[in-house]
Amino acid sequence: MTGNATQFQNDADRLTSDLTHRQRIQSAMTKYYAARYPRQAIFRDWQEGRQTAAETKWAGINELDKHLAEFEKNAVSRGTSVHWTSTSEQARQVIVDIIRRHNAQRIVKSKVMTSEEIHLNQLLESLGFEVVESDLGEYIQQLKNEPPYHFVFPCMHLSREEISDLFENHLGTAQTHDPEALTMIARDVLRKKYIEADIGITGANFIVAETGMISITENEGNARLTAALPRVMITLVGIEKILPRLADLALFLPMLATAGTGQPLTCYNTMYGGPRQPGEVDGPEEWHVVFLDNNRTTLLADPEQRDALHCIRCGACLNVCPIFKNVGGFSYGTTYQGPIGSVITPHLRGLQDWKHLSSASSLCGACTETCPVKIDLHHHLLHNRRNAVAEKPGRLESLLWQGFTFLMKRPWLYQTGLRVGRLLQPLHGLVKGDILDPARAWTKSRELPEIAPVSFRDYWKNRPLVSAGDRKGGPP
Amino acid sequence: MKITLFIPCFIDAIYPKVGMAMVQILEKLGHTIEFPGELTCCGQPPFNSGYWPEARRLARPVLKRLENAGAIVIGSGSCGAMLKSFYPQLFAGEPEEAAANALSAKCFEFSGFLVNQLGVTDLGASFPHKVTFHDGCHGLREMLGKQPPRELLKHVRGLELVEMTEAETCCGFGGTFATKFASISTAMGEVKCASAAETGADYMVSNDSSCLMHLKGLLDRQGRPLKTLHLAEILVQS
Amino acid sequence: MTERDKIFSRIRDALKTASPKPGSHHLGHHPTAQQPDSLTAARTAASGARDWLPSVGHTEAEWITLFTKNSFDLRTSVIVAADAGAAHRQLRALSEAEGWARVATHGHGIAAGASAALGLNQINTDGGYDVHALERCDAGISGCDALIAQTGSILLTTRSGGGRALSVLPPHHVVIARLDQMVPDLPSAYELLHHTYGPAQWPSMITIITGPSRTGDIERILVLGAHGPKKLTVILY
Repeated sequence: MTGNATQFQNDADRLTSDLTHRQRIQSAMTKYYAARYPRQAIFRDWQEGRQTAAETKWAGINELDKHLAEFEKNAVSRGTSVHWTSTSEQARQVIVDIIRRHNAQRIVKSKVMTSEEIHLNQLLESLGFEVVESDLGEYIQQLKNEPPYHFVFPCMHLSREEISDLFENHLGTAQTHDPEALTMIARDVLRKKYIEADIGITGANFIVAETGMISITENEGNARLTAALPRVMITLVGIEKILPRLADLALFLPMLATAGTGQPLTCYNTMYGGPRQPGEVDGPEEWHVVFLDNNRTTLLADPEQRDALHCIRCGACLNVCPIFKNVGGFSYGTTYQGPIGSVITPHLRGLQDWKHLSSASSLCGACTETCPVKIDLHHHLLHNRRNAVAEKPGRLESLLWQGFTFLMKRPWLYQTGLRVGRLLQPLHGLVKGDILDPARAWTKSRELPEIAPVSFRDYWKNRPLVSAGDRKGGPP
Repeated sequence: MKITLFIPCFIDAIYPKVGMAMVQILEKLGHTIEFPGELTCCGQPPFNSGYWPEARRLARPVLKRLENAGAIVIGSGSCGAMLKSFYPQLFAGEPEEAAANALSAKCFEFSGFLVNQLGVTDLGASFPHKVTFHDGCHGLREMLGKQPPRELLKHVRGLELVEMTEAETCCGFGGTFATKFASISTAMGEVKCASAAETGADYMVSNDSSCLMHLKGLLDRQGRPLKTLHLAEILVQS
Repeated sequence: MTERDKIFSRIRDALKTASPKPGSHHLGHHPTAQQPDSLTAARTAASGARDWLPSVGHTEAEWITLFTKNSFDLRTSVIVAADAGAAHRQLRALSEAEGWARVATHGHGIAAGASAALGLNQINTDGGYDVHALERCDAGISGCDALIAQTGSILLTTRSGGGRALSVLPPHHVVIARLDQMVPDLPSAYELLHHTYGPAQWPSMITIITGPSRTGDIERILVLGAHGPKKLTVILY
């Protein structure tokens, strides 16, 4: 096992036995379901909407080069600077260069998952810049010195008591267990930060090719302030967030809000099309859009799983995932948690290092069913498993499956095995649950089923031959 | 009608009564049953583990043997999904692709077959108990069967169906997942069992014995009084 | 070769093999790859959204009712006034009830008129403004491009909303709008945007505001006024 796989197993073992943690996630998700499903039901046709959304993304992704060039042409015509970066290192360098060119010191950020991907905060802090996360959940996680727990609900694993302690320790504020009072503490601290900041860094939920705009979806207003007050705005975004037309947002914005949080629309859906234009009263003097590849083109090159690039990061697949609900967000060890993370991380960061996430699934398909853009998530987990084995089969596992196949291809051998198993079964009690128990992984928490005295095959072979007509009307 | 039964290995070995009940029900309805006893495993375990060539070696005899079959009925949503939904993927681009697609079209999960193909909802069964229904994920999502089992249960005399909040949540079995990630599998099963117990039902019923094998193992270990039964076993009670 | 060229070249190489059309991975049928020329035949959200989105009714009266209902759910206050004079009186009543000392507005016809009628200290963002002064205002009073019945939203831009900050920095955002600015749904809002600003006059910011600022980050419990306005009022006439 790789280090990542061991870490996942250990975290999973620890967190599945932490009932408080499980209960907290379950309770947050119950609130999510209560908001989401009634909201979804208001759509005239949610299922057809999903199909349309999926096809729109498909059209965008399958002509990605054309749409990105169209975005660039339109954005540049209004004075936007567009940067292209292939790797984390390049993206970090481009951003640091912009900051240095402006002799900037203070940086305020709205929620940017791509910046987690390139570990931007750590770099900027190490270079001596002040970086402040402004989304409440992200701010709390920054104080806690932890990555986001869930890419939509960053601090859903924390209780108000823990947040109160955190604020007391870092900000010297009095204890309060009122979520509103806690929110107001952060509001007061962060208001000053927007006003003082030299640079605002945002992400983007959509890139609109037709008009050269990006669209940001948020609830708090922190992204709007980040994009309004500092004199330089930087937007870091993955190349896959493309939508061909502006009016596509008419469907995508409500679908994202419904699937993400169960809202009709989130509070602010804002489209930015340039730095401050002639005649405008505020906004940044410069706007830099930094496009990040970071192996997205590797995933693009796999037509079977290309639809994973359709993802709009609503987080719904995490919210319905029974694995996520029991192991939580940190166990994954990835920027993107849950089913979508398990599918894409092997492409972004290496199949052999991250294949274990694709195995850690019962393949229940709840993710695929809920995905607003119809990504074939649970089947892609199977594809990753297949690809990982084809690339590098496990020696022992390979032998096991060859043995299994050998046995099952020979009905007589299978039946002999069954008879032997039936004979040995009473002896299992001697080792049950201890280290010698071959079925320990099962019997540690579950009783083992018993092999029936008469198999179905034996029953069928031995039953008297009676025609169907004779049986009609009564049990045999 | 001549109906071919596909009996998955664990029903054969551990839950033969489920197969027997299916035979009894279909024969009572006047159909002729064929059981290809030489078929053992559909290939799902190696398939799910990423060993597709091995899965194809197991699936090829199934494709060949069932080539001329009429309707194929399967008493497990999971193995049913393997034949119906995953064989076409497994054989995509292989010489057997057309055969896999043809097989897919004639495979049916047991309760869906009764309700949608045969138009039967009342089998005259009687079972005066409180039951809650567990939707096996594959039956539910790969074979799109939320309603058929409930239609059938609705017509059982004396049976009271109480839905649990987590009816559609995975029980955590997932084949090899249950042992590879035993702690997660167990936690998922605990959620399911707690939700089922909350309904006050006497029985947790499903159309997938593989889920029930895992759930029964947990219930018995935890000493919960809740019992498990396959849908077919209820439909033969009188 | 620039980094841009490298990325575009990787994209073009990757797209040499088309990917299956979504939704074709259903039961029993392996997806077939579509040729890129069929992409144009794909259903698009831009053309079809209206068929899937929530119903809105057919008449202006229905839209106003829906807007009011959605606003109520969102905690947006909606005041429908008979005419401009009544709207000004409503705004003054609000100002007195909340004890406003200074407000911010911009040179938008009906918003500026209503603000002037308050007779308070006011900042006009049109000629630029001091951000600290704007932050100290009790309310930001703006116009808008449209109201959207379907979602209870306000559509505004840097032009109709007095810049980027006026509608988000002060603790209370008040929108003054005409009833005939009501559009039924999101597709109509985008049609209106294209009509007003396209293809060459796009403002640098367009926002769809749906209720006062909010967060659920602490235990998924709703709190209003996370960073933006704690209150949102729409005065319509």
